[in-house]
Amino acid sequence: MNPISLQDYLVVTVALFCIGLLGVIVRRNILVIYMSLELMLNAANLALAAFSRFNNNLNGQIIVVFIITVAAAEVALGLALIVALYRRRQTTHVEDLATMKL
Amino acid sequence: MDHVFFYLFACLTLLCGALVIVNPFTRNPVTSAMFLVLTIVSMAGLFIQLHAFFLAAVQVLVYAGAVMVLFVFVIMLLDLKEEEARKIKATMAGLATVAVAMIALAMIHTIKKSTVGFTLEKPAVEGSTLLIGQRLFTQFALPFEVLSLLLLVAMIGTILLSKRDLK
Repeated sequence: MNPISLQDYLVVTVALFCIGLLGVIVRRNILVIYMSLELMLNAANLALAAFSRFNNNLNGQIIVVFIITVAAAEVALGLALIVALYRRRQTTHVEDLATMKL
Repeated sequence: MDHVFFYLFACLTLLCGALVIVNPFTRNPVTSAMFLVLTIVSMAGLFIQLHAFFLAAVQVLVYAGAVMVLFVFVIMLLDLKEEEARKIKATMAGLATVAVAMIALAMIHTIKKSTVGFTLEKPAVEGSTLLIGQRLFTQFALPFEVLSLLLLVAMIGTILLSKRDLK
């Protein structure tokens, strides 16, 4: 049996990213869409960590630390936006939030 | 042994990830949030497989701890009951699945054809806390400080957004 290669990790990453993308497209609850976005970010993190390991370069893991911090800030802001939106419209359903649609 | 753990954690990650977006039993956001926690924890297992020990710890602490608590807290705050009833349009969902599957196939095809990342003979980097900390405070000191500024901005923004009357 071959050892686990970079390709194996990247396939998992792609699958996870696509699950997140599908969630963003299909789901209509803005909170679940937000969770799917987190899934996509996590997939990118995993790819960076895998590249870091297999290319013998620690900088990839440093970037992941930065991404996790940015994601935490992003979640705090995004959820504050969702709460503000809910306060005004009483809904978290994206089809009810279409005032800016042409 | 490596194989067992890799496939175990990979399957667990993908399964829980799929259950975040399509759960056959319920469409409650709380269930999605709980499966997202499981996804993140099993992904920490993958990080350990990659010898990124510090990242695995941060993943569990920051994501599964802080971020998901925030999510669950907001779900509780919004009190979403009637959201479960809505239907998803079947044709749109089918089309989206086909499109995303094609994107996935294109990416996997590219990965399989590429020549990068053949297996290493000797184990590569170890993502220990010591090494990452050393780099973070020497080579990456400036980005690290900028990041603290970003967190401050996010904090101020959140406080402003949660004020009742936005002017």
